[in-house]
Order: sequence, then C-alpha cells, then structure tokens
Amino acid sequence: MTLSDHLPVLLVLTPLLGAPIVSLFRSISRPLATLLAAATAAIAWGLVQQTADGSELNYHLGGWAPPIGIEYEISMAAAWTVAVVSTLAFFSILAGCHNAAREVTEGREHLYYAAFLLCLAGLLGMATTGDAFNVFVFLEISSLSTYTLVAMGKGRRSFTAAFNYLILGTIGGTFILLGIGLAFQATGSLNIDDIAARIQDLRGSRTVLVAFGFLATGLSIKLAVFPLHQWLPGAYAESPTAVGAFLAGTATKVIYFQLIRVCVMLFGASYVFEELHFGTLLRWLSVFGMFVGSLAAVYQTSLKRLLAFSSIGQVGYLTLALSLGSELGVRAGLLHLAAHGITKCALFLVTGAIVATTGSDRLSRLAGFGKRRPLIAFAFVVGGIGLIGVPGTAGFVSKWALLRAAFESGHTIIAVLSLASSMIAVVYVWRVVEVMYLKPSVETDSADGSRPWALMVPASILLAVSIGAGLYSAPATAYASRAASTLWNRVPVAAGLPEPRPVHHDDAHDAAAEHGAHESAAPEGQAGPEEGSTP
Amino acid sequence: MTQAAHLWHYWLIIVLGMLGLWVVIAKRHYVKKLLGLSIFQVSVIMFYVSMGKVEGGTAPVYLPGEDGGVDLTAAYSNPLPHVLMLTAIVVGVATTALGLALVVRIREAYGTSEEDEIAAADRAEEDELHRQELAEEAL
Repeated sequence: MTLSDHLPVLLVLTPLLGAPIVSLFRSISRPLATLLAAATAAIAWGLVQQTADGSELNYHLGGWAPPIGIEYEISMAAAWTVAVVSTLAFFSILAGCHNAAREVTEGREHLYYAAFLLCLAGLLGMATTGDAFNVFVFLEISSLSTYTLVAMGKGRRSFTAAFNYLILGTIGGTFILLGIGLAFQATGSLNIDDIAARIQDLRGSRTVLVAFGFLATGLSIKLAVFPLHQWLPGAYAESPTAVGAFLAGTATKVIYFQLIRVCVMLFGASYVFEELHFGTLLRWLSVFGMFVGSLAAVYQTSLKRLLAFSSIGQVGYLTLALSLGSELGVRAGLLHLAAHGITKCALFLVTGAIVATTGSDRLSRLAGFGKRRPLIAFAFVVGGIGLIGVPGTAGFVSKWALLRAAFESGHTIIAVLSLASSMIAVVYVWRVVEVMYLKPSVETDSADGSRPWALMVPASILLAVSIGAGLYSAPATAYASRAASTLWNRVPVAAGLPEPRPVHHDDAHDAAAEHGAHESAAPEGQAGPEEGSTP
Repeated sequence: MTQAAHLWHYWLIIVLGMLGLWVVIAKRHYVKKLLGLSIFQVSVIMFYVSMGKVEGGTAPVYLPGEDGGVDLTAAYSNPLPHVLMLTAIVVGVATTALGLALVVRIREAYGTSEEDEIAAADRAEEDELHRQELAEEAL
C-alpha cells in the first residue's frame, strides 16, 4: 500500500495527533498549526480527486474488516464536505494567526491551536467514518473542543454562550447516542451500511421509528434547526473571530451531512420521506427558520449577531433542500453547504477586520466606515451579495439549484417562500451598507492594534472563490450532481457477521447469547430481525 | 408478569432520563443544570448496559467446558454495549468537568451562577450600550 491509500485515515490523524504536538511546542505552535491545517486540507483535496469518478473509498481501520472493525467510508459527498471543512479551517487558522494573539490570553495560544485542531479532527472524522458509534465519539471530540474555543472569546458573555452551547449540545449528543443505541438494538450492528441494509426489513418496528426520532432530534439541535437554534447566536457572536468564522463555515455543515446520511443512507429515503413524511415536518420548520432567522437578523445591533441570526436562516435553506426528499434536493443541499460555508466564513473574517479597525462590532460604530476603509467595506458588500444570492456569486448557484429542486418536486409555494425570505436578506445586508456608506462619519477609529490585513487576505481569497464559483459554476455543479446521485442511488450491502464459532441452534440459551442484542430489545415484540425465544 | 412489568428496566431508564432533562430545563442554577445533564447521560448509559444483558447470562468470559475447552452452551451477556459505554462515561466526565470549569469562570466574571441574574446583568449592559449610542446620535 502506498501513502495515497491511507489518505482516509491520515485526514483524521493529522489534526488529531497534531493537536497534542502543537500544545507541546509552545514557541512554534502558530506555524505548526497552520502547517497541519494546510496538510489536512491537501489530504482532503486528494480524497476529492480519488473519488471524483464516483467511486467510494472504504478504508478498514487496522485492517479489520467491517462490521467487526471500524470502516472509513468516503463517498463523493463526504469528500466534498471534508474538502470544504478543511479548507475553511485552514483559512480560519491562517486568519487567526495574527489575530489570536489579541483575543486569546497571552501564553495560552498553543492551547487555542490544539483545541482548534481537535475540533477539526472531530468534524472530519464525523464526516468520514462508517461506524455509527464512531460518529458519536467524533461528534463529542468536536463539540467539547468547540465549547472550549467559544469560551476563549473576549468578553464574559463568551462563558455563558459556551455554557449554553454545552448544555444544549450535550443534550443533542446524548439524543444521538440514544438513537444509535436503539438502531443497534434493532439491527445488532454499528456499521452504517450494515444497519442500513438490515433496517429495510424492520420498517414496521417501533424501535426503528424511535431511533430515527432521537437521531433526527439530536442532529437538529446540533444543526440549529428552528426552534432548536438558541445556542447558535451566542456561540458564533461571542467566540474569537477566527473561531466564529470557522464554526459558521463548518460545524453545522458537517452535522447537516450527517442528517443527509441518516435520512438517505441509514434509514433509507423511502422510509424517511414516504412512510414517515419527515420531509413535510422538516420543510415547514425550515421555512419558519428562514423567516425567523432572517427577520431576527434585521433587528440586530451588532454585526456578529446579525451574521449569526442570518446563519439560522441559512440552515433553513439547507434543511429545506433535504426535506424535498429528492436527488436534486440533496444536490442543492451539497451546493449550499459549500456556498454558504465559504461566504459566511469570509463574512465573519471581514467582520473581524472591522472589529480590528473600529474596536467594536456595533452597527452604530460603522457610520461612514465605507469612506474610512473602502476596501474592508467593499469586501463586506461582496460577501453580503453572496449571502443574498445575487447572480454571479456561489450563493446564487446553490439557491438556483434549490429553487429548481423545489419546483421539480412540485413545491411551488415553498419555492416562492424561500425567495421571499431571500428578500429579507437584502434588508439586513442593506442595513449594514446604509450605515457604512450613507451615514456621515462621527468618530475616528480606535484600532485595537491587531492587523486587519491578516484577516482580509484569507477573507478576500474566500470571496474570490465564491465569485469565481458563481461565474464559472460548471465543475462544482457537475461534481455535486454526481455526488448526490451516488449518495441517492446507493444500495447498502450488509457486511454480514462472520461466523465466530459453531452454534448449536437447538439450544435456546445459546441462541440468546448469540443474539444478545436483540433479546432484550423486544419492547412489544417488534424489534429484532430474528427475534426468537423471548422468555 | 405483564410485558410492561417485564421491561421494568426501561421504565427506570425513562424516569431517570426525564428527571435529568427536567432538572436541566427547569432549574436556573448552572451547577444544578450540570447535575441534571449528568443524570440524563447516566440514564442513556444504563440503557446501553441493560441492552447487553442477557437473561440468565454470565459475564462474557468463556467458562471452562466439560471436554477441557470452553463452554459454548452457556449464555453470555453481550460485551459490546458495555464497552461502548466506557467511551460514553469518559465523554460524560469530560463534559461535566468542562461545564464546571465554565461555571467557575462565569462566577468569577458575574459574581453569580444563577441564570436569571446573569441574564439581567447582560441586559443591563446591553441597555447601557444602547443609551450611549442614542446619546451619541443626539450629538
């Protein structure tokens, strides 16, 4: 095996093992973390290249074949997600390099970078692993490091924001754990493919239904689906700039990919959308989220909070795409995942630059900012246009895909509503533009000494990518189409349990031992594919 | 025994879990919230542990058989859910530790760990900022 065969595991190992190393080498923690993030991003793009032909990479950890061993499963969609996440992580860490010094207590930077890398490792692991329990472990790795990162923010409010996130995030994580447990109870396996193949015969089972309920609710909390979004504004707005940018661009996106996997792969689209009508519920929650998030954004007085509430609205678009329950919907979701991730990450970085020059992210301090700092103000306008989804930006490509998917599945009203909520985005972006360009300057800047250009360089690159992808969208849309189609048409194959030892089937006790997981798993005698002798 | 009574351990887990969740939602003190969160997590851990238990089953260590080998006819509990919970317990401990560390910092910064008082302090701060802005605008 050559090194390129091991890319799936190296993707997770690089930041995971890098984190303790970074915390050990204090003096060079900054360049080391940047280097590791760059290497991770390079590996992710390598995976994109390896899967570009629609193939799926199955990496058996330690050479143990599933379902006994843990499997890393990299589909096109997973490669797409990890590429977006690791690239945004690289740019955020790059931006943080010159800003972290101002926001993180001096002498603690190595811990900041270690937590950052751990968070990245958790997110990437979650997206690539093919083992349900592994998903939970990586989720908690990323969550715990995220709470730490949020608490590193400037004011005391970052502590309460982190605490609220910890409480809600842990409830979400525990729900997911419960859902995985129930799915395991029903199917006797933890391998996602294995569960998926077995669950098709258990559709009437209440255990499966409850498992889906817990998984969907837990993921919705972590995804900040309306009305489970309370943790998001604080976590995004009170955290250090680079962390806010990183979280806004990646954290909810990976969870969103998990929700796609749970709905499309694990339980099967026909079960989730046709039998349970989960799409209908998710659709209306998304529409409410789009309106509530965007309307709340209009009334914010601080720039970071405005962007955070806009994220709640944007999560609405993501879940709306999934709720359509079609291949085109998944395609739109994957496109919006990337488009919004890039745009929002760039906007948070630009906001960081604004804070660095004016000393505050209050809207009122921005009066006349367009004249004082034309470049930074212009960057914000470009990002804002992308957020609205004006033609020529990546945001337009994904929203167009979403509209197309909505029309093709016959949800005209939903399509119109999503357009209407985009108009609200025009309002909140315009509020900022109005203050920056049309109000007279009242005061001079009180720079806090950090260097805005350090934030502006990565932000500009991301904005350029967003515009570039908007003008020349063919490669991205083609990739997303293919990724969605492989994900949608995937037929799960059960790995099948190996025969560990001879079994005497006439012995009831032995059968009970063999199917230990199913045995106690029979509330109302419905669970278990081979439920037999419940005493 | 009726089926509902037969599945008594599920009832225990449900009651415990709901109790924990209720404490998290209803109590306003941050430490109490963390306590509730731990109870909730423990209920899920108990759920997994009870899932692996096989009635009449023994610990999953092979018993010596009659022919000198291992006894394959004995019932063994399923060790997998139990092993998974080792990880979940570690996660729970880490979460509680981090949560308590945050409460310490919150108490240092606000002088209290009651949610209502903290919210009031934040609101007062926000109002003060807003008043300043209005005053500036008036100038």
